[in-house]
Amino acid sequence: MQRIGVFVCWCGSNIAGTVDVKAVAEALKSEPGVVFSTDYQYMCSQAGQDLIKNAVKEHGLTGIVVCSCSPRMHEATFRKTAAAAGLNPYMVEIANIREQCSWVHKEMPIGTEKAIILGKAAVAKVHLNAPLTPGESPVTKRALVIGGGIAGIQTALDIADAGFEVDIVEKKPTIGGKMAQLDKTFPTLDCAACILTPKMVDVAQNEKVRIFSYSEVTEVKGFVGNFDVTIKKNARYVKEEICTGCGACVDKCPMKKVPNEFNLGMDNRRAIYIPFAQAVPKVATIDPNACNMLKNGKCGLCAKVCTAGAIDYTQKDEYIEEKYGAIVVATGFNPISMDQFDEFAYNQSKDVITSLEFERLTNAAGPTAGKLLRPSDGKHPHKIVFVQCVGSRCAACAEKGKEYCSKICCMYTAKHAMLTRDKYPDTEVYVFYIDVRTPGKNFDEFYRRAVEEYGVRYIKGMVGKIVPEGDKLKVQASDLLSNKQLHIDADLVVLAAAIEPDKSARPLATMLTASMDTNDFFTEAHPKLRPVESPTAGVFLSGACQGPKDIPETVSQAGAAASKVIGLLAKDKLTGNPCVAYSDEMMCNGCSSCEKVCPYGAITYEEKEFRMPDRSTAIRRVAVVNPAVCQGCGCCTVTCPSGAMDLRGFMNSQIMAEVDAICK
Amino acid sequence: MKVSYFPGCTLKNKAKALDEYARRSAEALGVTLEEIENWQCCGGVFTTARDEVATKLSSVRILKAAQEKEQPLVTVCSACHNVVKQTNHAMQTDREFADKVNRYMAEEAPYNGETEIYHYLELLRDVIGFDALKEKVVNPLKGKKIAAYYGCLLLRPSGVMKMDDPENPSIIEDLIRALGAEPVIYANRNECCGGYILAESPALAKKNSNAVVENAKAAGAEMIITACPLCRYNLVKNGADIPVVYFTELLAEALGVKEDTNE
Repeated sequence: MQRIGVFVCWCGSNIAGTVDVKAVAEALKSEPGVVFSTDYQYMCSQAGQDLIKNAVKEHGLTGIVVCSCSPRMHEATFRKTAAAAGLNPYMVEIANIREQCSWVHKEMPIGTEKAIILGKAAVAKVHLNAPLTPGESPVTKRALVIGGGIAGIQTALDIADAGFEVDIVEKKPTIGGKMAQLDKTFPTLDCAACILTPKMVDVAQNEKVRIFSYSEVTEVKGFVGNFDVTIKKNARYVKEEICTGCGACVDKCPMKKVPNEFNLGMDNRRAIYIPFAQAVPKVATIDPNACNMLKNGKCGLCAKVCTAGAIDYTQKDEYIEEKYGAIVVATGFNPISMDQFDEFAYNQSKDVITSLEFERLTNAAGPTAGKLLRPSDGKHPHKIVFVQCVGSRCAACAEKGKEYCSKICCMYTAKHAMLTRDKYPDTEVYVFYIDVRTPGKNFDEFYRRAVEEYGVRYIKGMVGKIVPEGDKLKVQASDLLSNKQLHIDADLVVLAAAIEPDKSARPLATMLTASMDTNDFFTEAHPKLRPVESPTAGVFLSGACQGPKDIPETVSQAGAAASKVIGLLAKDKLTGNPCVAYSDEMMCNGCSSCEKVCPYGAITYEEKEFRMPDRSTAIRRVAVVNPAVCQGCGCCTVTCPSGAMDLRGFMNSQIMAEVDAICK
Repeated sequence: MKVSYFPGCTLKNKAKALDEYARRSAEALGVTLEEIENWQCCGGVFTTARDEVATKLSSVRILKAAQEKEQPLVTVCSACHNVVKQTNHAMQTDREFADKVNRYMAEEAPYNGETEIYHYLELLRDVIGFDALKEKVVNPLKGKKIAAYYGCLLLRPSGVMKMDDPENPSIIEDLIRALGAEPVIYANRNECCGGYILAESPALAKKNSNAVVENAKAAGAEMIITACPLCRYNLVKNGADIPVVYFTELLAEALGVKEDTNE
């Protein structure tokens, strides 16, 4: 029989205002096993905690019930108190008589009655509590960052700066991501490459950082502190460690008509290529779908001109297995396809482009060397229409667009419009918008400058149709403020396409057992208080994989994710949560129901040998919970049809005892 | 294969060609169009007012007639198809409306949108198949540049019509390819011809019609085909200077049944 002490907290007037705390303490005194019951003004205060400690010693308590606020607030506090008094911390139960009792009731008799019932339930549970000891697991002191854009680069730099090893896996031949494709950055208009490339060089030269470019993560096993990851290094047919990046092979390659991804297909590259001048690593890559030598064995020019002897047509994909303590997801975003938005004639006219294409058209390293020229005829456009929210905030067309706001478009469109007017004052610039959303430091001022100083014509309304005719784009739109239909003969139309998570995010989430929302953005552990952590322990989120973000926000989040990783890697051992599920192997029938519902991948199945009642041995398939991965959510316990799964600290018998006490 | 067929009023006078060529082509493709007996007008316009029942009854009768014969229903006029399909959708999804209609009809068994409806183009694509159609073509229309004109009624509201992508459709273009000709893609192919504003503002209707024809011509079209009698009327009346014909006429020509051999 337990010897239970009950401690009823007033929480000032928070509880005592609508609960007669003395009556509660008195009523619980007569519950079975209760040998001491009292009330106090602030139980979480030092004096309150001392009261508990003394009571444990004086009355030889084996279990404690604290009737106070939510366990989310002070369960940890009272567990520490119990431990200080020599009790197992898991012998403490909290009866929440504040959030779900005193705060929601207005009348004292009702509040008091409910508090007594909740107290009785907690007492009933404590009777069945058993001492629990958390397990420990070691930590591999190396981090993996998946994605080498600005988010991944910043996270890796910050982790390396704290002295930990970090690997970046990037699926493209170079790191740099979307930021490397941008021209200028808002709101200060400094050039993207000028602020990004030093970071790319930093990360390449950092001794603590390894970059696996042209590589993908193909398998993740293990758990927080102990991930086993398989990385596939795609064959680039060039020996990375020998190639000097001189570019002689690129100049000689006869396959000149391969669409250049880096310039979004607006010009061509060769079959062997270096994506851009500041690429990291600066090594060539052969596109196996375009290379004649790889396709039919005819050519071999690049190998002939390579003085370093770096070309290797026989190179194979390579698989690397590595251990990590933490994983950061930084898989980024892409603009959505415009195929479903043919009202804007994107597929009918070369002069209807997306904003990212516009970035390349104005970038000095882009296909036009930074001159704003129409893709169709290379002429300077004199009338440009920007259309915002193409596919964003599109609740009515959810099957082709996105319901959410893509967040970055208002600012980059203001930037594009302003820069166009600045460089080409003879150009008329129109921007069609639903709303202009420019919160952020110096953001609204930036947009106002576009309107007031640069004379960009902002029109509230949407473009309904674009009809290419001759060398003009006939834009039909509505001006909602003057309630008029507008017809503009434009030379160039720029669509601010919605952004969506990279396609690689969904399979990666499955590998990591990290949760995603319906839009395939990674879900954070808490939207406000744990924004850079995935609910899966040891998995962290950086950048636009978690939601649309601009560069300043991405960099802040990248740093925050790094600090969380550093906090984890700084530990030698991880203390687990002992309130985890376990399976009664004799009752488990191996049905896999629990494995399917487990959101963390904590449950596996093993063939085990059992001695049967008739003394024969049988091999049975049974569920095994990895306590280091289990988060104690309890999904498996309610799913298990044979009742084999149970959750320590929240056992079925304990919950039933609480229910019985409430219903008594 | 036998299907129930609803031609609609316009196909009995102004748009006889649409009807006639549809029947002949279907026969050539092994489908018999069985005209529903004693049919009435589809209702003309599908009103979105939920309490408006009277004008939808004739559509429900058409659907019920097909159900009783256990046949899918085939329509060919864009406007009829739009009204009948939207009415069927309302009978499936709007309980209150369906109950009201069923009480009004006072038939033995209630109708709850069970009939499957195909536009003639869908019959070609989904039942016969464009590949099978291609094999039956005897006069491939080689080298002809043809613009498909969808108008507004055939594709929208897309959630109900479910025929094709409302902004980037391909069903008529695929038909044109199957007949051996070359489809012309142009932006205004799914815009309204102005038919609905014709009585109120003939000038605006003319502007819309001309925009369609000019855009198609600029993209290289030698001919426009449509499924809608009102669209054809509007384009022709407003001075289209390239032929505007019904898609069934082109189909009949390719299948070699344009000239009636019985006459």
